[in-house]
Amino acid sequence: MRDQLKLSIACALCFAVALVALPLLNYYQPAFMAQRVFGFTLTWLILGVLFFPFVWIISFVFIKRSIALEDAEAQAAKDGLIK
Amino acid sequence: MNALFAAAGIDPWIAICSLVTVVITVGMGFWTAGKSKSAGDFFVAGRSVSVGWNASAISGEYLSAASFMGVAGMVMLNGYDALWYPVCYACGYLFLLLFIAGPLRRFGAYTIPDFAEGRYDSPVFRKIAVCFVLFIGFFYTMPQMKGAGTTLAYIFPGLHYSVGVIVVGAVITLNVSLGGMKGITLVQAFQYWLKVFAITVPIFVLASLVGHYQQHLQANKTAQETVAAAPAGIERKALTPKAPKDEQWIAPFGSLTTKAVDTAIKAAKTPEEKAALEANKKPYSLLYTYSLIIALVCGTAGLPHILVRFYTNPDGVAAKRTTMWVMILIGVFYVFPPVYGVIGRSLMPELYEAIGSKGTDKVVLELPTLLAGRDHPVLGSVLSGITCAGAFAAFMSTFSGLLVSMSSALAHDIYGRMLKPDSSPEQRLKAFKWAAVIIGVVSVGLGTQVEKLNINYLVGQAFAIAAASYFPLLFMSVWWRGMTMKGAATGMLVGGLLALGSIFLTTLSDVYAVQSLADLWVAHPLARILCEQPAIWAVPLSIILMIVVSKATASTIPADVRMKMLVLHAPEALGLKQEYIKEHEGLGGH
Repeated sequence: MRDQLKLSIACALCFAVALVALPLLNYYQPAFMAQRVFGFTLTWLILGVLFFPFVWIISFVFIKRSIALEDAEAQAAKDGLIK
Repeated sequence: MNALFAAAGIDPWIAICSLVTVVITVGMGFWTAGKSKSAGDFFVAGRSVSVGWNASAISGEYLSAASFMGVAGMVMLNGYDALWYPVCYACGYLFLLLFIAGPLRRFGAYTIPDFAEGRYDSPVFRKIAVCFVLFIGFFYTMPQMKGAGTTLAYIFPGLHYSVGVIVVGAVITLNVSLGGMKGITLVQAFQYWLKVFAITVPIFVLASLVGHYQQHLQANKTAQETVAAAPAGIERKALTPKAPKDEQWIAPFGSLTTKAVDTAIKAAKTPEEKAALEANKKPYSLLYTYSLIIALVCGTAGLPHILVRFYTNPDGVAAKRTTMWVMILIGVFYVFPPVYGVIGRSLMPELYEAIGSKGTDKVVLELPTLLAGRDHPVLGSVLSGITCAGAFAAFMSTFSGLLVSMSSALAHDIYGRMLKPDSSPEQRLKAFKWAAVIIGVVSVGLGTQVEKLNINYLVGQAFAIAAASYFPLLFMSVWWRGMTMKGAATGMLVGGLLALGSIFLTTLSDVYAVQSLADLWVAHPLARILCEQPAIWAVPLSIILMIVVSKATASTIPADVRMKMLVLHAPEALGLKQEYIKEHEGLGGH
């Protein structure tokens, strides 16, 4: 359970940093964030398009690790019973 | 036939597409009715919904009228700031996945009030939780009903608003009482794919004919650019007087987040006052943005009608996998509504002149008709018909999910647990059907009263209340052993009620034009922002209260808390799984 919580918090922090940072960048670096990238402004491209795949990556990593942790825990408990 | 339609001012394609959606929905309802037999089927679809089906169904339920029509309208109206809505609607699921989905499923309850009671061994807590389920549910139902009423009135000009509310309410109530959770799972999954089809296909066709997303965005000049550099081939209609200026629209901290301060500046008398307010404008709008983000992200993780769906998974791992797929499915969807808003701004600026459902909110339905003026009359009608069908799917699927979760609360928690604990599964099944009818009638009644309210605004309020009540409850109960019932109840009630109260104040001043409140907002724009977006203070307040009160009442921590934590977190393979509600004992035993 503790490892699971650690994993969850690590993933959540990753996500929270992005959520906190984007408005701050908009606030302190408006000109930089307003530059054009493929016709979008940089900040529009990040929020309107790139944010979705970013979150998918976090969730994919989480699922893989989380299920591996559960399997390891189940295995450890089984071994414990046999002994 | 065509002449008949034309005489009534109805586009035959739009009418046919909408009708087909409704007929398929009813048809699927009858088809699945024969398959739903046990009480378990009705409440949690027999806990046997596969990851793919469940992910589609949750996505179908989640993408409501606000997502389908509202987001595009908001982006058109408010520009960049409104992009936070689709992004946080989709990304809020991450919190659900990281902290809540797996453990909640492992607990094996039927409803969230089950969890509340089971975790703290407290029947009182169940009652509190039921009230919140019904409350958040009705809050969320009203905008769906409004969407139904306005869309039907759009398709059949001249039809009264309440007709749409009654028709959709009746169709869904019939469906839910026929098939329960199992019945609507299939319908919602179908409706998800219909919605994705309906939002993507018309926009791809449109974009290929009138110019792409980024090209239309480029036609709006930023504060740094002196002239708008519209790419070749992109034409743009002149903006109407009420449309926001380019540089405000495309940049962060635009009209949505600075409205409170702008109103105050308008009312300010001396230049010094104006200058002081002007200096505060940007920091305040940053605060508004953060509060909005917290409300949407935490609120998603606390919506009872979404949470209840995780119980339909076979186990905790499946619940986690489902959440990941839901994020992908709804993420794919949410990329597109802003495209309608952006293209709408370029080509249909006349929508800015009307308000709400007569204005920007109908951009998704109206935009495809552009093609009629460009030598593609039939194509324009067909595409508009497709988006109308998508809108129908949107409010029908969300309403059916809400109806199931509220009917479960009535039939399972109130009837089955409080009024008649010794009732048989058959009796509870019957109670579910009656509950669906009662809730359906109440929802229609409420729906006819909210014609003037803004869809997104209502949904945003439901999110803020859920963020300040259910999210802290679930998050803390799942991960902290030291929580007591008193701590949980205090935090949830105080956080939820204060959020509700402050939102109510803003509604009071906006809808009923209470002058003394309006004066207060002008004098203190910060107070207005904190009342309109309460999450930034209400969520931490709720969590702090939970911790403080739990510490103070530490002697009442449930004695078997270790076992409870094990059930919540141990993998199924360990064999510790205990369904809180056991199928073979009917609904009664645990």
